[in-house]
Amino acid sequence: MDRLIYVAMNGAKQLMQAQSLVANNLANAGTNGFRADLARFSAMPVQGPGYATRVNSVARGLGFDTTPGTLVDTGNPLDVAIEGSGWIAVQAPDGTEALTRDGALRINALGLLETRRGDLVLGDNGPIAIPPHVELVIGRDGTISIVPQGQGAETLAQVGRIKLVDPDPATLEKRPDGRVQVAGGEPADADGRVRLVSGFIESSNVNGAEMLVGMIELARQFEIEVRMMRVADENASRAADLIRMA
Amino acid sequence: MESLWVAKTGLEAQQTRMTVISQNLANVNTTGYKRARALFEDLLYQNVVQAGGLTSQQSEAPTGLNLGTGVRVVATDKQFSQGNLVTTENAFDIAIQGRGFFEIRLPDGTQAYSRDGTFQLDADGQLVTSSGYTLEPAITIPPGAQTVTVGSDGVVSVSLPGQSDSVQVGTLQLVDFVNPAGLQPRGENLYLETVASGPPQPGTPGLNGLGLLVQGALETSNVNVVEELVNMIETQRAYEMASRAISTSDRMLEHVTNNL
Repeated sequence: MDRLIYVAMNGAKQLMQAQSLVANNLANAGTNGFRADLARFSAMPVQGPGYATRVNSVARGLGFDTTPGTLVDTGNPLDVAIEGSGWIAVQAPDGTEALTRDGALRINALGLLETRRGDLVLGDNGPIAIPPHVELVIGRDGTISIVPQGQGAETLAQVGRIKLVDPDPATLEKRPDGRVQVAGGEPADADGRVRLVSGFIESSNVNGAEMLVGMIELARQFEIEVRMMRVADENASRAADLIRMA
Repeated sequence: MESLWVAKTGLEAQQTRMTVISQNLANVNTTGYKRARALFEDLLYQNVVQAGGLTSQQSEAPTGLNLGTGVRVVATDKQFSQGNLVTTENAFDIAIQGRGFFEIRLPDGTQAYSRDGTFQLDADGQLVTSSGYTLEPAITIPPGAQTVTVGSDGVVSVSLPGQSDSVQVGTLQLVDFVNPAGLQPRGENLYLETVASGPPQPGTPGLNGLGLLVQGALETSNVNVVEELVNMIETQRAYEMASRAISTSDRMLEHVTNNL
């Protein structure tokens, strides 16, 4: 049969993958600190005998969208959001340094500061231990100070500083578990310019309208690919008719 | 088709969030209720093309293709912010202003913790919750007591007929946790200790950061109705978008079956 049908089939398959990426972005429209994944199609000419008439399209990841999400007021001192660019450094279960924008933090049973996934938040010297306290304040630069239990408001003790980093976005990648890391899992350097705001949480940066439009476009493109398969089928059946007549 | 299943996880997550919001709205008038919120995380990614994979001996793919598989609810946690105090003038209504929980003994002998200070007397004169569970340490009000006074530090005293001095009958204690958000809600306005909450730390009200007691007042629910309604709109829209992804995927499949 005409090779056209394989080019069309490949296009349809790539479109289905891209559709699944869009569906994942939409499913995570309510995930705090989520970064929308991006993909693009690139042309891949098929090399071989004869003329290079066939050009397959291949879906390629393009990393993720780094636009900040909306800051939502929660009033909880342990909810932190980053203003502008920057990341909170956390320790992934395998011990490497990962980055997150999801600042819904909590204190675990051992008194260590962690994210909802259970990753320990890194300070200047490893995980941050928070002693029993009455008040907790997280400053703009990530400094955590507390009023220890049994003390008055006049004793404000500094217990650590959240490691905030701002590596080059081109070096960032998403790990298969959804965490973001500097390529190769290398620890990033702390950056004093990153600003944190406590009592807020950053929503997902998925743009619902954009995703819906993208979804429609992919669906229509998919229909065109299916139509091409149909055309290939019709061509072949015409050719068969001609042979039969002769 | 993958996008169907990915979008389905989105529907499920938004549905859970809607349950949490309805629960908050239903408890807008529950004494001592603490609002909950649902938090999500993205699921594992499927590595379709590995970034940095060798495309030839000299070149490597600059970017990979990772397809996410959806979303899941990672936690529904409670927000232990202070609710408003409403005065009821009932001597056995006690509100906690600040940190801390009342310790309640359940019928099976285990402990639970509550911020609901609607107490009553049982047949033996003991202070019990509306469900009839006794307060720990037990406070017994002697029969014939004219007035009952609860100090802000928890001292309970009564005045008996024919006596000019009031008699101290016990002291209310509060317990605190390192991480109250880690407590497990049990229903009936009660919470149970978990590994995440840390062990209970009993103390005198007003000392070591514990809150003070206010007699004749109750703590209202800390649900903010406006916030919940905004959350509800957001949830509904996210749900609609995920269901739109399902119907689009469905139409793509339908197109294939009808046209090939």
